[in-house]
Amino acid sequence: MNAPTTSHYPAAPTAQKQESHTLSVLVDNEPGVLARVIGLFAGRGYNIESLTVSETEHAKHLSLITIVTTGTPMVIEQIKNQLDRLVPVHRVVDMTLTGRSIERELAMVKVKGKGEQRVEALRLADAFRARVIDATTESFVFEITGKSDKIDQFVELMLPLGLVEVSRTGIAAIARGPEGMSAR
Amino acid sequence: MTEEMTGAEMVIRALADQNVRHLFGYPGGAVLPIYDAIFAQNSVQHVLVRHEQGAVHAAEGYARSTGKVGCVLVTSGPGATNAVTGLTDALCDSIPIVCITGQVPTHLIGNDAFQECDTVGITRPCTKHNYLVKRIEDLPRVLHEAFHIASTGRPGPVVVDIPKDIQFAKGVYSKPKDFPHTGYKPRLKGDIEKIKQAVELMANAKRPLFYTGGGVINSGKAASDLLRELVKLTGFPITSTLMGLGAFPAADPQWMGMLGMHGTLEANMAMHDCDVMICIGARFDDRITGRLDAFAPGSKKIHVDIDASSINKNVKVDVPIIGDCAHVLEDMVRLWRTGAKHPDKKTLGDWWKQIDKWRARKSLAYRQSGDIIKPQYAIQRLYELTKDRDCYITTEVGQHQMWAAQFYGFQEPNRWMTSGGLGTMGYGLPSSVGVQLAHPKSLVIDIAGEASVLMTMQELSTAVQYRLPIKIFILNNRYMGMVRQWQELLHGGRYSESYSEALPDFVKLAEAYHAHGIRCEKPGDLDRAIKEMIDVDKPVLFDCVVDPKENCFPMIPSGRAHNEMILGDAAESLDSAITEQGKVMV
Repeated sequence: MNAPTTSHYPAAPTAQKQESHTLSVLVDNEPGVLARVIGLFAGRGYNIESLTVSETEHAKHLSLITIVTTGTPMVIEQIKNQLDRLVPVHRVVDMTLTGRSIERELAMVKVKGKGEQRVEALRLADAFRARVIDATTESFVFEITGKSDKIDQFVELMLPLGLVEVSRTGIAAIARGPEGMSAR
Repeated sequence: MTEEMTGAEMVIRALADQNVRHLFGYPGGAVLPIYDAIFAQNSVQHVLVRHEQGAVHAAEGYARSTGKVGCVLVTSGPGATNAVTGLTDALCDSIPIVCITGQVPTHLIGNDAFQECDTVGITRPCTKHNYLVKRIEDLPRVLHEAFHIASTGRPGPVVVDIPKDIQFAKGVYSKPKDFPHTGYKPRLKGDIEKIKQAVELMANAKRPLFYTGGGVINSGKAASDLLRELVKLTGFPITSTLMGLGAFPAADPQWMGMLGMHGTLEANMAMHDCDVMICIGARFDDRITGRLDAFAPGSKKIHVDIDASSINKNVKVDVPIIGDCAHVLEDMVRLWRTGAKHPDKKTLGDWWKQIDKWRARKSLAYRQSGDIIKPQYAIQRLYELTKDRDCYITTEVGQHQMWAAQFYGFQEPNRWMTSGGLGTMGYGLPSSVGVQLAHPKSLVIDIAGEASVLMTMQELSTAVQYRLPIKIFILNNRYMGMVRQWQELLHGGRYSESYSEALPDFVKLAEAYHAHGIRCEKPGDLDRAIKEMIDVDKPVLFDCVVDPKENCFPMIPSGRAHNEMILGDAAESLDSAITEQGKVMV
């Protein structure tokens, strides 16, 4: 007989492939509902990459939470089931799995600079269809919307041109086609 | 029909309308209006415990032995925080509890007022759902919703936190009615296509087995009856988790005993070697599976559970069925009866022959010799002397709990109350208070360890106050036995802090509480002492002094596979037929 392990619990499973999924979670807009969702992620050790939440149907008191999370396929399935188990949660849709979703993010990017740098920043912003929403003689604030990787790329380009700070909303997602989330 | 009344009156009225007969609680500043409402009525009897943890455990015992919702009333701050262990215990074991907590008045919430705590924040992860009621208009709906959520789907504890000003406020009460909640809809019927797939798998099985759990008990008596019918129809062997004991009668020849870390050799070996596993209302807990990558490697797995998040959590299954056990079992029985194909008798016979070989190892064997009582012998005698009675068993947590599960034969559901998921020492005594209250004429025994029982010993006072003749049968080995066992096996025999230097004299302690004390130290005196315990019409503390060195076997060391069990000395000596290869496996 081999010497028993000293832990009370089975060894941690070997690393599996991690995937990133975008989940749309339709919830009752009541106090504490966000705390329940976030508490679930914190308590069970799931990752949150991005989180957006806002009321979407005022009359029905419904809010939509969009969460981008990473995990193995089994963990992602667990997350969806655990979310679905919360009493104020109406519906959980895995936007990545349906493959028919549109994802967008908005960012505001502040850049400080003079002379040629300033001109270059403005030129790139134009190429990325970012709008100028604030300007001083030595700075710009750009507003840019798009997929996250487009924003990542824009921010990277601004870095040598005097990037000061970035504020991003996180991802909002919606399914293509005529069907809505709450129609069930 | 609607009536105007105060929030406090609504609480009691809602309990009465939900057919609550007993309420376990402890008063305090923030629930005084509700205690005033209790004073003015007779439909709900309040049971005064000695500590809020005891209130929740008592409500759990009440709920588990009756299938009804257990109710608790505690005050704000320390009242609520003391209840947290019980709430977590109820969540882990899926026990329906409604716990009403008092809260400081709404205008003081967040001000660090006296006896204020963030009850909904603290209890969020340890309840199925919780509420803070800030408007009197919401109170009747929330109270009835709480009962609905606690008792349906996968049952669990629900907390309703009521500020003191809401208890005083007047509002319009409404009776329970249809539940309009749109987000909460537990699914009862299983997907019939999946059930057909499952029955097809079962019909073609060569080495099948049933692995059942607490879900069958929670689903009600009908589920246990249907399970018995299906097991008889199929002729398959059956094992169960700690939580599922009693759903299938232990006296039946198809019963293999409990499985898992301290399960029988036959149950664990059969799990390891089976080709079709039918899991009903169990959740592949780490105490059951052992090493995951070696868990039942060659098997197709069917999993029936009402909670979708239990499926594919630890173990990937082949046929997941989301639904209530009774509903799914009913479909399975029907499909099996009408199905043309059934397993080959010869193949199934070979499987049973293999199981009988494992059984012949007598993995639970022990030697009762000499002048000292073996704990297994004590449980066995207790079983023999109480089996023909209307008897309910609760336990604390540790070695005595495992011996009770191994040696006490449960024939019916709802007779076995133990803290399985959370493993709460101190669960058994208060739990037996709740059981005895629900079943005043029955024999209720808490099989205890001397360390566990001291954690909630004060509830003996509750038992005496309400004349509840519970029997606390302490297997006293002066150690935290399971801790000592792990230290012996895994930590080089360094018994760090697991020995109790100064234990009370339990007989005198019983007398101090106005209960009856018995001490038994010799195997020859045991039967007479147990009979005395049964006959005394009072709470009894039974100090059964047992062998302090005894370990609980068989045992799968954690992180090991089912076929890597350690057997006790007595079992090993019986295995003359075992090959060298077989010995390596043990």
